[in-house]
Amino acid sequence: MSNILHTPDPAALRLGTMLPEPFVVVERNEETADTFTLTLCPAGEGAARSFEPGQFNMLYAFGTGESAISISGSPEKTEGLVHTIRRVGTVTSALDRLVLGDVVGVRGPFGSPWPMNEARGRDLVFVSGGIGLAPLRPAILHALAHREDYGRIVILAGARSAPDVIYHEQLHSWMEESGVEVKLTVDQAGSGWHHHVGVVTTLIPRARFDSSNAIAMVCGPEIMMRFTAMELARAGLSDDQIFVTLERNMKCAVGICGHCQFGPGFICRDGPVFRFDRIRHWFSQREI
Amino acid sequence: MTTTLEPLLRQHPLFADMDDDTIHRITGCAKNVRFRSGDVVARQGEAADQFFLIREGRIALEMPAPQGGAARLQTADAGDVVGWSWLVPPYHWHFDLRAVSEVRAFSIDGRCLREKCESDPRFGYQMMKQFSTLVADRLEATRLQLLDLYGSPGPGTHP
Ligand SMILES: Cc1cc2nc3c(=O)[nH]c(=O)nc-3n(C[C@H](O)[C@H](O)[C@H](O)COP(=O)(O)OP(=O)(O)OC[C@H]3O[C@@H](n4cnc5c(N)ncnc54)[C@H](O)[C@@H]3O)c2cc1C
Repeated sequence: MSNILHTPDPAALRLGTMLPEPFVVVERNEETADTFTLTLCPAGEGAARSFEPGQFNMLYAFGTGESAISISGSPEKTEGLVHTIRRVGTVTSALDRLVLGDVVGVRGPFGSPWPMNEARGRDLVFVSGGIGLAPLRPAILHALAHREDYGRIVILAGARSAPDVIYHEQLHSWMEESGVEVKLTVDQAGSGWHHHVGVVTTLIPRARFDSSNAIAMVCGPEIMMRFTAMELARAGLSDDQIFVTLERNMKCAVGICGHCQFGPGFICRDGPVFRFDRIRHWFSQREI
Repeated sequence: MTTTLEPLLRQHPLFADMDDDTIHRITGCAKNVRFRSGDVVARQGEAADQFFLIREGRIALEMPAPQGGAARLQTADAGDVVGWSWLVPPYHWHFDLRAVSEVRAFSIDGRCLREKCESDPRFGYQMMKQFSTLVADRLEATRLQLLDLYGSPGPGTHP
């Protein structure tokens, strides 16, 4: 398991990584009843930040606390940081109360990216559950912006019900792109719903991709990722072709405090994106 | 009819690992069917005298919702098999089936197939094996669906 461990970085505590920089909310969109998207720009003279798909920032709701939130906008556009946030508790509720012009603290970007270079020349299979589409969106947007670098693009998105689907319009616009297959499924639907009904894993055998030359990127609740990995294996992918992103409560985000320990590694420093064969062992331990 | 249907049936994933004789027997009970979007393909409580192998389009499994209207529980697409009530007494549909788009499918006569299963236990066992795999897959998917995988996290669901 040592291959998921990196040597601690003595520079990790550099002031820059620990000090939040003020960013202003310049746009806000409601995605679902409990999920919203903020676009943030540096306050004053601060510089825009580039990032790699899969990385996250620590967003600081002043007076309340910090949360790790993935960057969910296009990596090609650095003028605004886009974050899609689901309101689950104290910090995310405080972020939900932000309106245009409010200021939020930002540290980052942190963490390992999706394997966009390794995936060149191969089919891409994105599998998301619920808000898991948010951390995958930069990878999808990157692949669409560099269409010639990749083979088929398959996007399999699952949500609880139609009103819980995030990026609804964008998913539909991706359906129109050639060489891109988008399948959308929900657990519960009425008779007006024309997409799939059933868990997202049931879409895998129905999608067209070359399993011998595909890379799968999976994001959602852990149990969903576990079943997705099993179904991808049934479809012919080996564990080293599957990448997942993990979440644990985080504090420092730079591999010092140990809050986000996962087996022998730290999610903030060694992840959040992991190749499945490197964490498979820990992934199946319920206590971890 | 069977001579033209057999090569088409062979293309369906259900037949991927079946031997020629088995496919031939099933073909004897098969016919081509089409449905228009919105058509009711089967109704809960009615005799399940057939099952469907979808070639094109989408069929939804529905049940009347407590709050009125229909709850769509699952959908099946090209390559999927719909229905196993034909194999289990009392051979009644347990839900409604509705075409969500134009559908082209093979309809397999369940009564015809049951008779063949009864008269040839080896063939019957093969059918049972094939359909128990389908039922197990469906059951696993339904269990996952019941977990409400993407719903709001409850207290203590996350470390
Ligand atoms: C690398 C990384 C990337 C992330 N990206 C995103 C993102 O893009 N968008 C987003 O909305 N969230 C994301 N999260 C999750 C987010 O960090 C947490 O939801 C947030 O910190 C919760 O803080 P809170 O104070 O609002 O909730 P708390 O008050 O700490 O907790 C309230 C309730 O929510 C549950 N909870 C806490 N964290 C999570 C979690 N991660 N998942 C599910 N339930 C949780 C708790 O168990 C508790 O029941 C990410 C987490 C990590 C580690």
